[in-house]
Amino acid sequence: MERPKLTDNPLFRFLTVVLLPAVLLIILRTAGGSYYESVLILFFINVILAASLNLTNGITGIFSLGHAAFMALGAYISSILTLSEKMKQTMVSNMPEWLAKIQLPFVPAVLTAAVITMLIAGLIGLAILRAKGHYLAVITLGMVIVIKSVLDNASNLTNGSRGLSGMAKYSTLPVVIIAALLTLYILYRIRISAFGRSMVALREDEDAAASLGISYRSIRLLSFMVSTFFAAVGGALWAHLQRTIAPSLFYFNETFVILEMSVLGGMASLSGAIPGAAILTFLPQILANFSTGFTIFGVQIPQINGLTNIVMSILFIVTIIFRKQGVVGNSEYIVSSLFDPKTYTGLFKKKTYEDFAFAFRRKQRSTARRLNKQTMEGEGP
Amino acid sequence: MLKVSNLSVSYKKINAVRNISFEIGKGEIVSLIGSNGAGKTSTMRALSGLVRVKSGSVIFDGQDLTGASPSQIVSAGIVHVPEGRQVFSKLSVGENLEMGGYLVTDKKKVRDRTASVFELFPILRERIHQKAGSLSGGEQQMLAIGRALVTGPRLLLLDEPSLGLAPIIVERVFDVIRELQKNGMTILLVEQNALDAMAISGRTYIMESGSIAMEGPSGEIAENDEVRRIYLGGKETWNSSLLN
Amino acid sequence: MEFFTAQLISAVKLGSIYALVAIGYSIVYSIMGMINFAHGELLMIATFSLWLLLSAGVPFAVAVVLAVIITAVFGILIERIAYRSIRNAGESTQIITSLAVSIFLEALCQAIFNSSSKALIIPDVFSQTFKVLGVTVSVIDVVTLACTAALTVAVVLFIRHTRVGKAMRAVADNQEAANLMGINKDRIITTAFVIGSVLAAVAGILYSGKYTSFSNDMGFMLGVKAFIAAVLGGLGSLTGAVAGGYIMALLEVFFSGYLPQGIGSYQTAFTFLVLILVLLIRPNGLFGSSARERS
Repeated sequence: MERPKLTDNPLFRFLTVVLLPAVLLIILRTAGGSYYESVLILFFINVILAASLNLTNGITGIFSLGHAAFMALGAYISSILTLSEKMKQTMVSNMPEWLAKIQLPFVPAVLTAAVITMLIAGLIGLAILRAKGHYLAVITLGMVIVIKSVLDNASNLTNGSRGLSGMAKYSTLPVVIIAALLTLYILYRIRISAFGRSMVALREDEDAAASLGISYRSIRLLSFMVSTFFAAVGGALWAHLQRTIAPSLFYFNETFVILEMSVLGGMASLSGAIPGAAILTFLPQILANFSTGFTIFGVQIPQINGLTNIVMSILFIVTIIFRKQGVVGNSEYIVSSLFDPKTYTGLFKKKTYEDFAFAFRRKQRSTARRLNKQTMEGEGP
Repeated sequence: MLKVSNLSVSYKKINAVRNISFEIGKGEIVSLIGSNGAGKTSTMRALSGLVRVKSGSVIFDGQDLTGASPSQIVSAGIVHVPEGRQVFSKLSVGENLEMGGYLVTDKKKVRDRTASVFELFPILRERIHQKAGSLSGGEQQMLAIGRALVTGPRLLLLDEPSLGLAPIIVERVFDVIRELQKNGMTILLVEQNALDAMAISGRTYIMESGSIAMEGPSGEIAENDEVRRIYLGGKETWNSSLLN
Repeated sequence: MEFFTAQLISAVKLGSIYALVAIGYSIVYSIMGMINFAHGELLMIATFSLWLLLSAGVPFAVAVVLAVIITAVFGILIERIAYRSIRNAGESTQIITSLAVSIFLEALCQAIFNSSSKALIIPDVFSQTFKVLGVTVSVIDVVTLACTAALTVAVVLFIRHTRVGKAMRAVADNQEAANLMGINKDRIITTAFVIGSVLAAVAGILYSGKYTSFSNDMGFMLGVKAFIAAVLGGLGSLTGAVAGGYIMALLEVFFSGYLPQGIGSYQTAFTFLVLILVLLIRPNGLFGSSARERS
């Protein structure tokens, strides 16, 4: 009887994907204090943004650069809905009465914003999704430009380029963790469904997919809409973390950041969002320590403005040239381990532990063998 | 003139050409026939440097051209007229011919050769300023051959010159091929039209699934029953071909 | 009427710059089939180099020439390092790579120059003005127009009549056949990048000479506009690229000048909406020349 692989073992999966991250999270949160809590919250929001972008760009094969636009819509609509009437009247001159009067609790506001964004995206998608490749990329970029322009100018709704501020800090750590898990779960279920499979089929070969009777236009559109729904959720959460938003925050820079997360982690899978978001959230923090100048091997390196951007973009280029599938490629190990019931039910089965011990010992033995061989041949460990 | 030994070519993990060897003597017309996917075009593309040679060697007049770049191969004197003509459709007829002379440093030679091309294909002179894309299939084929001739080749690789052409035009094309040989050109001819190919060539190689299945004087090959069955559709003998 | 003329002249000035960038863009695109977001960054490199050289006391004319050369070198480096290896990769890889190069160059400039806007000090002769048809026009405007015209003519002549120019058209037309003629694809592509970079450099210098201040995010936007302008006119058509550049400038200027009060500031949105419409409805360009197909 063949023993299954270590990576299929429920215990191993549980340890690596559930227990280890949970422990890390607790350590970081308690040791880091409230500043680090913001970074952690940002991480989970980024996971939502990256995963939703991967749905279109990597999994369905629609290359969209417009994510920041939908993030913006989500942020603005949710903020307008959660801010009190008084705040809106003071901040935004000439806001329509009916709009100023509405005030919703957080979750309904986010959902409303996401639904509205999704519907707007649907309308836009009907028009633009017939385009492909370079043209689509530029058109979606054009969308970011158009929406920024609208946000900058519709001052009676958005307060123009000054933006909105004073949103309540609704995006706490528990909230974003739940949101991220929900997002991943929903996207995962979509991905493993028949709909999800047809998305991949579409990406691989449009003509073949069409001949199978799959209406590629509706699949593209639906995939696009789902993706923008979660982009808006991410935007809304972000707005209530930063508590200040302005149109300039949803422009080219943000577009690049989300794209980098997507590509570095692995565009073709939802799981890629996690390493991607991790790199883009935590690396800049580490780099920030260095950008004010540091010494290495006794050489003083002066302050480098924008060191983060340089390092990230070099990392980006290197990844595309040498490992364009990103960290995880199209493996859904992380997400499937998280949400597959077998990961949890398997903990109650004896066989799981037997297989685990066996695989572990096997690894030990082969490593020992390798080391022995090396010493015998005089190579040394 | 050309000696190919143990040539292997692979495309994306498919072994298109497996370990073939053949020779072409100066002034010969040698035909390479076989069904679709047999590896004929891959062989040609390896000879002209468009695809990498996986193993084996290509020696041309004593010069080792294995793994050489297309421009080196063209300079050495081997020119490939590709399948489907592949003229520069947005360039004029005249400019297409000029491109043939791209590597030739002696511009007088280019002018002389262009003049002989016009003599061989008067229709091209008529259409000299027309965009190549607007020519008919047969005219494009002549342009493609003419373009190759301006390069001043010593060995001409013709890949499916009759493809998609009406029989009358095919006749004309093969007339041209014969005339080229008369003027001393060495030619390797790849053709799906086995009948015409064997009628015009001195020797024939038959390729099947990447290997050479049979070789010999064209006359003998054409008489072979197996060959007749597979490639010539049975009853017809090559003596009754349209070209006589 | 005077307002109209002023707007028109404004549009022509801006259009010349767009046209220069679009031509270079179109040439590279027609040969490589790949969108190059980093093209706009070349303008920025030219401008920054010029500023750096002028600050170091280099005489104006020399600084301009050097800035152009530096830009061309950057163009060649970008092609060699980033683009050569992905020439046959899928579209998304190419888009991502060119975006990455764009981000890198912007970050590099930010690091070296700090993100604040800078002012370019150009010799006074260029800012002298005179009146044409009742509208004030400055010397730099005339220089812009003259440069654009001269460079456009030069490039068109080069492409149409020189050996290398024809080889470039051949490669753009049918890469494999061009290979068979012994045309060295690498050298042709490098040449195309050099031409594109030189044009972009000139455009960048003219632009910042006119508007006398520049910042490091102007590059990306200009690159996007260059792509759209080239598409407007029909990718692969030089005259189309020029036309596309002027049309885009006309749209921008007239939208901001003539839209009714209140929505005038939405000029950017309107311009891009129109452009997106064109991209959707006529991806082969307004003049219908065929889009480059990959052989």
